[in-house]
Amino acid sequence: MSDELSAWQLIIGLDPALLAIVRLSLAVSLSALALAALIGLPLGAMLALLRFPGRPVFVVLLNALMGLPPVVVGLAVYLLLSRSGPLGAFGLLFTPTAMVIAQTIIIIPIIAAPTRQTVEDLWHEYRDELIAMDVGPIGRMMTLLWDARVSLFTAVLAGFGRAAAEVGAVMIVGGNIEGFTRTMTTAVVLETSKGNLPLAMGLGIILVAMVIAINAVVWTTRAWSARQAG
Amino acid sequence: MVRAAGGLTVRAPVTDLPLVLDRVSLNAGATRILDRVSLTITAGAPTLIVGPNGAGKTSLLRLCMGLLSPSAGAVTWGGRDDRAPVRRAIVFQRPVMLRRSAAQNIAYALAQAGVPRHARAARVCELLDRVGLAALSGRPARRLSGGEQQRLALARALARDPEILLLDEPTASLDPAASRAVEEIVLRAAQGGIKIVMASHDLGQVRRLAGDVVFMLRGTVREQGRAADFLDHPSTSEANSFLRGDLVI
Repeated sequence: MSDELSAWQLIIGLDPALLAIVRLSLAVSLSALALAALIGLPLGAMLALLRFPGRPVFVVLLNALMGLPPVVVGLAVYLLLSRSGPLGAFGLLFTPTAMVIAQTIIIIPIIAAPTRQTVEDLWHEYRDELIAMDVGPIGRMMTLLWDARVSLFTAVLAGFGRAAAEVGAVMIVGGNIEGFTRTMTTAVVLETSKGNLPLAMGLGIILVAMVIAINAVVWTTRAWSARQAG
Repeated sequence: MVRAAGGLTVRAPVTDLPLVLDRVSLNAGATRILDRVSLTITAGAPTLIVGPNGAGKTSLLRLCMGLLSPSAGAVTWGGRDDRAPVRRAIVFQRPVMLRRSAAQNIAYALAQAGVPRHARAARVCELLDRVGLAALSGRPARRLSGGEQQRLALARALARDPEILLLDEPTASLDPAASRAVEEIVLRAAQGGIKIVMASHDLGQVRRLAGDVVFMLRGTVREQGRAADFLDHPSTSEANSFLRGDLVI
């Protein structure tokens, strides 16, 4: 990416290097989001429905983990994946996979904590009817997650927002390697430190526009879904 | 197994009736909600549980549904206490609609009752028709009026193909027209062989529906017997004043 070109020229000219960065950012954040939703939604629902000793501790912990600093997660994943770490043999450090792992860990609590609250509230409403219909534990979980879907969209969106905006973890475990692990956020950091503020600004604008576009799509889906659910 | 005439062997249908409550008590903390209630519910005309608010009608129904466990005493079904009956259903005073369409609410109940997927669509139509909601099948259930929701709850309960149907004041917050629609569905269910056990404090309704009456007051059964006898010649003074419309607490 040439420093002489302005951000707008890069955008309008569909600069291939820029497109690669946008593509990787989206791929990493959306993969992490899909994985985190797959783990976080059932995890939140389970914590809402199960009663076991020490449960309040788990709830507090999960809520606290929403504020988990990405750099700390990045550091932990770095230590796990580094050559001498327990998972070093897989050679994942400084790959997009490592970035997905780190972001997944960061956003699981962001999805699971509000899911726990939403499902628990809905369970109080549905409890008698579901027990009267002999719905088993797995069925209860699936029913509550499905019927709370309109509220859960917001939790999943918050997770996406965190993943897309996050820079600390992807920087540490990805390494900001040009053409391989450089995302929009790490590129902004790099260009800013190089003093190429117009380009950094341009990248920032694309990032924000992308997040708004995805939110608009999800909002439309949510509104449609809300009409169906009543 | 029953040996029928002609040497044919037919399987006797497993029945969960009679439902027997034997000196059942229910405590919530220090409060005694039900006090040594003994009751035998057999197949036949509807049994109406009558009494003022706080008499323990709702708790009695929830106990019959297995939503509450007795603090003392025993509940048995068809002489057994080892196995929970499957063919029982309940309609709550304020039923909760799933956040789905009317048809999907019924399909959900059918799925839970073990009706195979391919048979559900036809059953859904039949049940919606039975409660007069065929035209509203695609409407989100929570957008239906109070009376329509109550009828949908009835359809959902009937989807379980119940042998016994428990109803907790299903018409308490409905206007006369909606109440009549609900009563007609209940009557038809009773004529179809479903045992109805229904809580009510509406004496007109008791007169219209009841075969038997159980009169409850402050967590105890004060009187039980045929509806006509209870309504015309109550044997306790409390029932007498309740029937006269005095405030019985």
